[in-house]
Amino acid sequence: MPNALHFFFQVLVLFVCAPLLSGIITKIKNNLRFRRGPSIFQPYFNLLKYFSKDEVVSVHASWIFKITPYIVITSTTTALLMLPVLFYGRPLIFMGDFLVIIFLLSLGRFFLILAGLDPATTFGGMGSSREMFIASFVEPVAMLAIFAIALVAGSTNLQTIAQTSTINTSTIMASVALFLVALAETSRIPVDNQETHLELTMIHEAMLLEYSGRSLGLLELAAHLKQILFLGIISLVAFPAFVGIQFFILKILLLCLIMALTELSMAKMRLFRAVDFIAFAGILSIMAIIALALGV
Amino acid sequence: MLGSACPLLLDPLSLFFGITIFTLAIPTFIYSFGYLRGHYSLSKIWMGQILFVIFILSMLAVVTVGNAFAFLIVWEIMSLSSYFLVVFDSTNKKSIEAGTIYLVMTHIGTALLTIAFLLMYKHCGSFDFSVLHNALISLPERQKDIIFLLLLFGFGTKAGIVPLHIWLPYAHPQAPSHISSLMSGVMIKTALYGIIRFIILILGVNSLWWGELVIVLACISCLVGVIYALMEQDIKTLLAYSSVENIGIILLGIGSSMLFLKLGASTLAILAMTAGLYHLINHAVFKGLLFLGAGSIYNATGTRNIEKLGGLIKSMPWTAAYFLIGSMAISALPPINGFISEWLTLIMLFLGALTYTGGMKIFLCFTAAILALTGGLAAACFTKAFGITFLAQPRSARAQDAKESSLSMNIGMGILAFFCIALGLGAAYFIALISSVANFATGLNMAKINFSLNPFVVAPHPHIFLSPLLLSGILIIIAAFFTLGLRLFFGKAKVTIGPTWDCGYYKLTHRNEYTATGFSKPFRLAFSFFLFPFHKVQKIKESRYHIKSFAYETHTTKIFLEYFYKNFIAGIFGTGKYMRNIQAGSIHIYLGYICLTILLLLVFIGWF
Repeated sequence: MPNALHFFFQVLVLFVCAPLLSGIITKIKNNLRFRRGPSIFQPYFNLLKYFSKDEVVSVHASWIFKITPYIVITSTTTALLMLPVLFYGRPLIFMGDFLVIIFLLSLGRFFLILAGLDPATTFGGMGSSREMFIASFVEPVAMLAIFAIALVAGSTNLQTIAQTSTINTSTIMASVALFLVALAETSRIPVDNQETHLELTMIHEAMLLEYSGRSLGLLELAAHLKQILFLGIISLVAFPAFVGIQFFILKILLLCLIMALTELSMAKMRLFRAVDFIAFAGILSIMAIIALALGV
Repeated sequence: MLGSACPLLLDPLSLFFGITIFTLAIPTFIYSFGYLRGHYSLSKIWMGQILFVIFILSMLAVVTVGNAFAFLIVWEIMSLSSYFLVVFDSTNKKSIEAGTIYLVMTHIGTALLTIAFLLMYKHCGSFDFSVLHNALISLPERQKDIIFLLLLFGFGTKAGIVPLHIWLPYAHPQAPSHISSLMSGVMIKTALYGIIRFIILILGVNSLWWGELVIVLACISCLVGVIYALMEQDIKTLLAYSSVENIGIILLGIGSSMLFLKLGASTLAILAMTAGLYHLINHAVFKGLLFLGAGSIYNATGTRNIEKLGGLIKSMPWTAAYFLIGSMAISALPPINGFISEWLTLIMLFLGALTYTGGMKIFLCFTAAILALTGGLAAACFTKAFGITFLAQPRSARAQDAKESSLSMNIGMGILAFFCIALGLGAAYFIALISSVANFATGLNMAKINFSLNPFVVAPHPHIFLSPLLLSGILIIIAAFFTLGLRLFFGKAKVTIGPTWDCGYYKLTHRNEYTATGFSKPFRLAFSFFLFPFHKVQKIKESRYHIKSFAYETHTTKIFLEYFYKNFIAGIFGTGKYMRNIQAGSIHIYLGYICLTILLLLVFIGWF
């Protein structure tokens, strides 16, 4: 029976591996474009650099701006703590269920959006407005997908889902929907583009534009954590069969490859087309539930 | 007719609503001292406070009388005392207009209720609740349906469910803020008390479509309320629309409870009612807090238009902190109270979807998706409200010179902010209490009902847990871990204060900031099929080539007002014009009319 220590160990492993995934995805993308690209450990170097640099904070910013990085990283780490990917057990079961993860992520986002508005810049407001726009449509889609998955498992308890989920029509559709949600949540093409800082197109990056130094490092780290969180959830739901650390790594790497390929094969959509993209994910999750109701 | 005396009811349901009223009445009363001072003359303040007490007492009476006739009387006192409070600013033309709309709408509601009560009386021969309950069992189904609809729309007018919501965005902003806080926080909830008392307890849920109708109306109220709130720039109107949304969320719980009652799922019915009642008290607390916050902003700056505000977090730090707590609660962010009631509602819908198959499963999942969408849009609405009002640079001179509000106002808000956090962290304890109220309110009175594992863990289902205390504990531990860890490894952060990055532009002013209208623009475009936004750009030219300035106008169309109520009012005036023809001015004809009326009434009594 695993105890609370196992869970902290698990979170530590995920925590340490999180930036690596972003490095791997970037590497795959670059190699497929016939470029060499930075090393897969580049995200770690970036983080170290950010953490040891000084910070510049805008005169107009308030304490909201200063505490936001800590709130974002805390809420994301807490969500990660709830994810049973390596161990199943009771210790942290009382903390909350699958739905709480969505609520925790929205806690971080709420403050990030306020922080975008805080330094009195146009870019920040633009980013906040767009991020909120995308997020308020992503949230119900994620909720529907989670409902479909939880209805198959018979509970919203993550431990139960991890232990009892099976592959059928609805879990496959819900997993695809969750993958599309993950693309939107981790600000990847076609919804957003992590690589650009072009004023007219950026969404997530625009909110962070005023951040520097340690705060920026924390926010980048939180973005890596959010990515591994979503990949972890999908690996849990879409391939429930193989349990164990070696299979987990394989599953995550496979998902990274799919993510890189999706990014390469698509162009960024403009903001109002991104809603159609999310609506597609929504229709997939609705179909997952209808399939379940019909007993397919 | 009134029975031997007017019996007072002190059952769990009445007590719950009574406590909710007191929870909000005391902080708003403390707040009112600071708020009213300086705005009005002393005699007017006295009058205001007396009306305030009458208003509170009438609300308490509404939730405690045990006789339908007495209920109507105190209901009317409540409506009238709140009307006088809405028109408290009697010099303001807008207040009078808002008051009139409120008075008309609330009396339409009361008229429907009167018909419903008279129909019940006709069958039972009494207005007493206990007699009504026993006698109504034998009522034919068709009549039950009619009474249900009359009660639903009668109370719905007061509760502000769409499309009967139009008075809320007029009346709530015009009243003094502590009154708006009470009206939004508890007065509209007395209508929900009426729905629970008369429809579920006295009439008894008769058909499946009753619950379904309530859920559909609740979903529409949620979405319409939140979309209009998102478009609003007047902070109190925004809050009023958000009340429409939250009434929808509460009704979702009550409607699901009705549905599950009819389906025979007792535990689910009680869980749904618990979720509804818990959100009810949560909404009373955080909406009360937000209205008080809006009042402080208005007091300090003299404007309610958030486009003219900004940067208030520096001049009004306490108000900002309280408003932030309220905004977090209403956006359902963990670990504050709104999060737990929204989570409970979602879990309730999930458990319902798990129990039933086919169409019911899809229906409940859709409802959950709409609730999630509402949650997302509410977060957008309140990031806008808080961000534009309190953050960035002040957008006007008045916002620049704002001062922190007085001590009594801060105490009033502080108490409510404390309640928000306490109701969140102590959720398991409060849910255990509320589930016993819900047990009574569904009329089931089951022997053992428990949605809390212990005073720390909420467990609506044997395998689904949520411990707000553990969750916030872990949040604090992790936050401390990051703060201390970073300091340990990388030393104290060196922070330089600098100007905002301006892309080489020479100076950023408040005119470069994002506005509330700009913030909500993507939503306005996405929902343009419903909002019908109107744009007008006018170029004011100095010469043929040089444009001196732009005039830009945008607003959305309120379709209920524009396409339904306008025609309705025009219809009334049109009919009035024709009615004038029968008024010839001759007393003989009028006597004839009286004769005819008596004759018709006699025929009516003979037939029915």
